[in-house]
Amino acid sequence: MRLTEFKDHQRELHHFQLRIGIAAAFVLAAFSLLLLRFVYLQIVQYDYYRTKAEDNRISIVPIRPNRGLILDRGGTVLARNYSAYTLEISPGKVNDLEKTINELETIVEIRASDRARFKRLMIEAKGAISLPIRTRLSDEEVARFAVNRYRFPGVDIQARLFRQYPLNELASHVTGYIGRINDRDVARIEEAGLGPNYKGTDHIGKTGLEQSYEGELHGVTGYEQVEVDSAGRGVRTLSRSSPTPGNNLVLTLDIRLQQVAEQAFGDKRGALVAIEPSTGGILAFVSRPGFDPNLFVDGIDPASWDQLNTSSERPMVNRALAGTYPPGSTFKPYMALAALELGKRTPQQTINDPGYFQFGNHRFRDDKPGGHGVVDMYKSIVQSCDTYYYVLGNDLGIDNIARFIGQFGFGAKTGIDVEGEATGVLPSQEWKRRRFKKPEQKKWYPGETISIGIGQGYNTYTPLQMAQAMAALANNGTIYRPHLVNYIENIGSGERSPIEPRIERTIRLKPENLEFIKRALAGVNIEGTGARAFAKAEYTSAGKTGTAQVVAIKQNEKYNEKNVAERHRDHALFIAFAPLESPKIALAVVVENAGFGARAAAPIAREILDYYLLGKHIPQPAAEAPGDESND
Amino acid sequence: MLGNLQQPLKNLWLSFTDNIDPPLFALALALLALGLITLVSAAQDTPARISSQVASILVALAVMWAVAQFQPQTMMRFAVPAYVLGLALLLAVALFGDVVNGARRWLNLGIVRIQPSEIMKIAMPLMLAWYFDKHEATLRLREYFVATLLLLVPVMLIARQPDLGTAMLVTAAGFYVIFLAGLSWKLLVGVLLAGCASLPFLWSLMHDYQRRRILTLLDPASDPLGAGYHIIQSVIAVGSGGLAGKGWLRGTQAHLEFIPERSTDFIFAVFSEEFGLIGNCLLLLLYLLLIARGLAIAANAPTFFARLLAGAVTLTFFTYAFVNMGMVSGILPVVGVPLPLISFGGTALVTLFFGIGILMSIHRHRKLVQT
Repeated sequence: MRLTEFKDHQRELHHFQLRIGIAAAFVLAAFSLLLLRFVYLQIVQYDYYRTKAEDNRISIVPIRPNRGLILDRGGTVLARNYSAYTLEISPGKVNDLEKTINELETIVEIRASDRARFKRLMIEAKGAISLPIRTRLSDEEVARFAVNRYRFPGVDIQARLFRQYPLNELASHVTGYIGRINDRDVARIEEAGLGPNYKGTDHIGKTGLEQSYEGELHGVTGYEQVEVDSAGRGVRTLSRSSPTPGNNLVLTLDIRLQQVAEQAFGDKRGALVAIEPSTGGILAFVSRPGFDPNLFVDGIDPASWDQLNTSSERPMVNRALAGTYPPGSTFKPYMALAALELGKRTPQQTINDPGYFQFGNHRFRDDKPGGHGVVDMYKSIVQSCDTYYYVLGNDLGIDNIARFIGQFGFGAKTGIDVEGEATGVLPSQEWKRRRFKKPEQKKWYPGETISIGIGQGYNTYTPLQMAQAMAALANNGTIYRPHLVNYIENIGSGERSPIEPRIERTIRLKPENLEFIKRALAGVNIEGTGARAFAKAEYTSAGKTGTAQVVAIKQNEKYNEKNVAERHRDHALFIAFAPLESPKIALAVVVENAGFGARAAAPIAREILDYYLLGKHIPQPAAEAPGDESND
Repeated sequence: MLGNLQQPLKNLWLSFTDNIDPPLFALALALLALGLITLVSAAQDTPARISSQVASILVALAVMWAVAQFQPQTMMRFAVPAYVLGLALLLAVALFGDVVNGARRWLNLGIVRIQPSEIMKIAMPLMLAWYFDKHEATLRLREYFVATLLLLVPVMLIARQPDLGTAMLVTAAGFYVIFLAGLSWKLLVGVLLAGCASLPFLWSLMHDYQRRRILTLLDPASDPLGAGYHIIQSVIAVGSGGLAGKGWLRGTQAHLEFIPERSTDFIFAVFSEEFGLIGNCLLLLLYLLLIARGLAIAANAPTFFARLLAGAVTLTFFTYAFVNMGMVSGILPVVGVPLPLISFGGTALVTLFFGIGILMSIHRHRKLVQT
């Protein structure tokens, strides 16, 4: 009895010990699994995880360089930087953005527009390290946030440099503006291999010099190796390389002249380009209306953006650079010169102007009813006789015109140092063949040459091209490439790299022909169409008025300004240089839909020349942007 | 005079330490030491935790000593009352418990707040061991069925608090008793299959956060800043420790706060980062020896009750260690299970040393009932 009980007990114990053995085996297996996992993580994948941990720990913080300034030739600042506090969110480190922003709102003021901008930036600037929810914090707001900072991981205050255009609208088409880097900018930056240099940068030049000289203005980004904790806060700096600030641009532009010019336009639309003939340096570069580039720096609000883009005034179009206009009668001096150089006319040759030119069954009307009577070349320029040039155009033929006039740069990009230039159209048989598709349109009709003679028809040029051609004439045929920047200044070394005047080409012209044309242009301002605008001028000058048709006028119909919709009225043009003997300035003015060039454009030119040559009409100092502490 | 005094003192010491099993105690102390060393590093910005942990250790050791004084037979008498009390408290929690962090786990008794589910970690194996011991002679299918019922009722209550970690540990403890009691392999396989089959049902019972934890285990990168963050960062910590570790106090993942819960559930990530594979091997070895000692005690225990209890307590200890290390190294889902004797936290320490006390008592009284 006792024995069987004992045996039972023994059997049961064995049974139990077997189970314990199985459990032990299971424990061993489980721990082996763990061991395998540790070996895999800590030996096989060690390099991978070590790098991961280092990436966690070490943050390469780019230090953005200060952007270079833009100054006019006299040192007036057109674009600068000022420091302000920004409240920024690192989207990658914040779980619930909406909630965070709502909580931030209890500490600093966050307007609906701030939220809207932040949302837009989230889309535009994908992958940005941090984005501003509020800019330009007050000292009190900075202090309030600093106390509550612990509640907001991933949110921080940054001292940021903001771009500022202290002159607001003045010269806005020259400076252009900077804006947030968007997807397209990123693509361009990457393509140019500049990715690393733009790591800490979130703004880039979008238009004007800000865009064209981005490479000079931006500078070289510095880097700081920082040990960061899991909330992304810097614990200590491990190493640092300083950024190199961007270079300053010092322009050939004279900002006071620019202001005189912009004011002279009043609220009219149009463009003006003034060039120093002996260098190609741009003295004034006007496109009216302008815009306030400061609106773009922080990300423009949608209402302003809509307004700027849908306005029929089209303030965002740089008319001086990208606007193309028929030259009208300002084309005549070049036509006359072509005739002289090609031996098709002598100055003394006359025509009889009955007030029209009959070509086949089409009658090309002169501006002056009844005509100018007997007209020689001098009179044709001074009084701007259309009939003379209808006949001349017909005599020269389109290809001769195109070949000769083309030398002055019409219908070709000037190569100015700012992007966005339009080409314009210098018509020729070849051009028409390429331009049109249908065979009957490809053919050049001799009748078309006749309107070209007075600067109408297919030809359209930019105000910049017109000014360049005028400068070439003033300069006896030597064409300099126009440029806005005088020199680039390295802030560190103080070294200046001038943009050397560069001769684009020299047109071979007979001195006596040149002399004659100049004399005729001087006559315009003394006894011709420009005489009224240039009455009692204290300097000698050359000029030519122009009035360019916007819509064709039917046969037998008289153009009447009052009957034509404002946008269909003629453009007023004027080209000029002065002084006559040693030209210091050449310019072209286009005033859109303003009617006669003599009445609307020539007075603007007069104001400019008066100011530039005599220092008359000294304007009020340029307005400062309000409420900013400048520290540059 | 002195000699006269020495003998009684020696006797007193002997009687005091009589019930303490030296190997078990030494292993536990070694683990506690490793834990404190790691805690110094993990809790650098919360130094109060270190002294608090030392205090908890002293309390836990006292509990161990006290438990070791009891005879297994005495423990048997507590089995049913402990289980009933635990169950009652769990019901009370379900009805009047305090909600902390979205889970109803705590019961406010006016003076103290207790977590009744913790009681079940001991009461469950105690109860089942008692039950099997009572029916030792007539173990049939019915007994296993009743045992399973005894197990599942409190587990359900704990699971719906919800406290997946504790529910799992209690289930494991109960299952070990049933397994060691000799559940037939056929039934075992059947139960496992049934368990697998009920997974979709369990899934439907789970809370969203629990489902998310399991999904993120499968693909932590799917939610790198949300639920996957813990796993990703702790795995980086373990992996970047390499062979020899980054050195004590020099874990970057730990000190730059990339590791969440780094002094409690994720302390192993800190340990592993600073001491590397070598440290991990040492830790595994200590656990293995401790478990081996516990299983040896179970194998040599005199009664069915003692065997089952010792085996279950030891294997529960193993479960703690395995689940925690598996979770931190990214092969198991994130459940709230501390690393035994290492993680900061008094409750777990007391429970664990209660178990060690039981093992010591069983070992000390192994021959008494043998006759």
